[in-house]
Amino acid sequence: MDVKGCDMENTPYFDEMWGHDARLRQPYRQFHDWFSEEDPARLRAKQREAEELFRLTGITFNVYGRAEAEERLIPFDIIPRIISGPEWSRLSRGIEQRVRAINAFLYDIYHRQEIVRAGRIPQDMISGNDAFLPHMIGVEPPGGIYTHIVGIDLVRTGPGDFFVLEDNARTPSGVSYMLENRETMLQMFPELFARNRVRPVQNYPTDLCRSLAACAPACAGDKPVLAVLTPGIYNSAYFEHAFLADQMGVELVEGHDLRVVDGRVAMRTTRGYQPVDVLYRRVDDEFLDPLNFNPDSQLGVPGIMDVYRAGNITIANAPGTGIADDKAIYAYMPDIVEFYTGERPLLQNVPTWRCSDPDGLVHVLDNLEDLVVKEVHGSGGYGMLIGPTATKRDIAAFRKKLKARPGNYIAQPTLSLSTVPIFSRQGLAPRHVDLRPYVLVSPEGIKVTPGGLTRVALKKGSLVVNSSQGGGTKDTWVQED
Amino acid sequence: MLGKTANGLFWMYRYFERAENTARLIETGQRIALTRLDAGDDEWVSVLQSAGALTDFEAEAEGNPVTRDEAVDWLLRSGANASSVLSCIEAARQNARLVRTALTGEVWEATNATYMTARRILARKVSERDLPETLRTIRQHAALVRGMTLGTMMRTEIFNFARIGTFLERADSTARILDVKYYVLLPSAGAVGTSIDNVQWETILRSVSARGGFRLEYGAAGGPLEIAEFLILNKRMPRSLAFCAETVRENLLHLQQDIPDPLPSLDLVDALLAECLSQDIGAVFDFGLHEFIETVLAHLARIARQIEIDFRFYE
Repeated sequence: MDVKGCDMENTPYFDEMWGHDARLRQPYRQFHDWFSEEDPARLRAKQREAEELFRLTGITFNVYGRAEAEERLIPFDIIPRIISGPEWSRLSRGIEQRVRAINAFLYDIYHRQEIVRAGRIPQDMISGNDAFLPHMIGVEPPGGIYTHIVGIDLVRTGPGDFFVLEDNARTPSGVSYMLENRETMLQMFPELFARNRVRPVQNYPTDLCRSLAACAPACAGDKPVLAVLTPGIYNSAYFEHAFLADQMGVELVEGHDLRVVDGRVAMRTTRGYQPVDVLYRRVDDEFLDPLNFNPDSQLGVPGIMDVYRAGNITIANAPGTGIADDKAIYAYMPDIVEFYTGERPLLQNVPTWRCSDPDGLVHVLDNLEDLVVKEVHGSGGYGMLIGPTATKRDIAAFRKKLKARPGNYIAQPTLSLSTVPIFSRQGLAPRHVDLRPYVLVSPEGIKVTPGGLTRVALKKGSLVVNSSQGGGTKDTWVQED
Repeated sequence: MLGKTANGLFWMYRYFERAENTARLIETGQRIALTRLDAGDDEWVSVLQSAGALTDFEAEAEGNPVTRDEAVDWLLRSGANASSVLSCIEAARQNARLVRTALTGEVWEATNATYMTARRILARKVSERDLPETLRTIRQHAALVRGMTLGTMMRTEIFNFARIGTFLERADSTARILDVKYYVLLPSAGAVGTSIDNVQWETILRSVSARGGFRLEYGAAGGPLEIAEFLILNKRMPRSLAFCAETVRENLLHLQQDIPDPLPSLDLVDALLAECLSQDIGAVFDFGLHEFIETVLAHLARIARQIEIDFRFYE
């Protein structure tokens, strides 16, 4: 088929398949040969088949804010996003460095706060931060690990230009899509994998299991008991929680399956209470323990924080890690990386204006049309303003909100996010993407799964890739060197 | 295994069994209504009763007489009826999501496919013309789930809870059908041998998919006594009370192997088998068929409650 479909004309953006100048880039060469000989009708049938597969396996997410909890599919696009071996090794070194720094930072701010003493971060950025958890001061997490699982959101603007958009250090989601996307591609296009040497991602659940077990507390036996804690079947990511528990072969528990028995957290089995050593929780800090945090929480385990502080359970990720991916702290990440690793940051930060800062606010108010403004504690693409695509009225409304609570917002320039083609009705069409690689941290080391989740804004020109806002996903290939 | 998981498995399979039983009752009702010349809508009252759905239906109908269309719709797809085929399939799938980690991929996909199909074909009122095809599709999907369960699940406690749920529900269903129709099986019913009786007896056998089996066991000569015996005491008939109770017992015995203390629920099943299901059919009729069925239903309810406690389904 004509691979340069009608929509592949030159755009101001860097396309990962066609570069800036419509010349096919090396990582896509093999794929391009295959694709140009494919019948579009067959590919369209494959696209539908993929959707059927997803629906049948139940890979759905629940949409918040609707009267009836509705299960929806995240659209899947069959054109893979391909990253070359050398590109990836540079990236993964940067990711490792960043994750190492985040863990050191967390240890430090919950202990001696050297970074504050050194004057690199103001005291009130830490102690005045909602994401700072005083309960964690002086606590030694088993194995010294705070963020067992991290998902670093990256965007690209040119051949060598990667930026970190966000460090998801609490409970990053989406890894099940990474795995199922690959599974689907393997089923649909086995011939592609015979031609391209793509690094596998399927070991993730085994690696996760091993990594978590390596962080077990001292009281655990030879075979630590792991469990995944979910808020329940109405949570938007319930499918993923069940998927991961299933893939690891461990129990999927809810708060009411657990209770503190003899100083341990134990789950109610058909034969009585059995202690849990490592809890991979997908419940936010606030709801984790009604005795220590939000007293109305039905999702947590009363007293689990006391067991944790006594060193008798591993909670992954540790409570209080949210401060590391706080959008206000984000601006300090280059300092944080340098302070703890003694190295120059390998990954760039996006320039960020803090609206809490009077000069920052003035700049942001003057340049709203060109900026992306985000809520400091928001997530999932809710409550943000994308200046260049917003209407005058949106901007005016946002200006009011911003003036009312400046401390609630940060702003960043609109990045020229790279595009990757999707398979549209008219053929290939460039769409903006981001990348979330998944990182596992244990005393045995840091492991970055090759690839990650590529999210793609399916609407032409759109920069919002969030699934809750109409984004889709792609399989992400890292080539063998 | 988590108590919650055991609970979810138990109910997932109970709901699937109930969906299938309700579908079969609708099929029977439809068949009887079509083959009887004097067909009124009386038959639907007893179908609703057998499905345990009459009281709610009447409340919903606010005194209007039972019509075929409304009865079928209520049983098949009403969201207000927790035991409608659609409600049961939705509840089964909801429980399956809850216990996803205990199911094989095959069972989960069959369950999900059943749910998606049911939502599609039961989205609108089903016309009389489409009813047979609709019911056939539901039966085939239920068979797919059962087949995947038997063919792919490990014979661990997971399987035991699935079976216990299935067979307790089935025993309940068979007992309820007998409870509604017991009077046509009584020797004193007067009209023995008339065509009405034959139709009524046929209804009972159809309701439990047992016409072929009954002929194999008793030839063409079987009457009400034999029907009662077949449905209550026959150990080879997979929907008889004795067969269901025996299967529940086997699965509890398997669970008991790993538990040091004797299971009270197992004692209750033993009591049901000894007190009710080990006598001959003459004794059952002497005791009173109606009273006997009521006794069995009470036993079944007690067993289900005890299983919840024994295996920590709830806090």
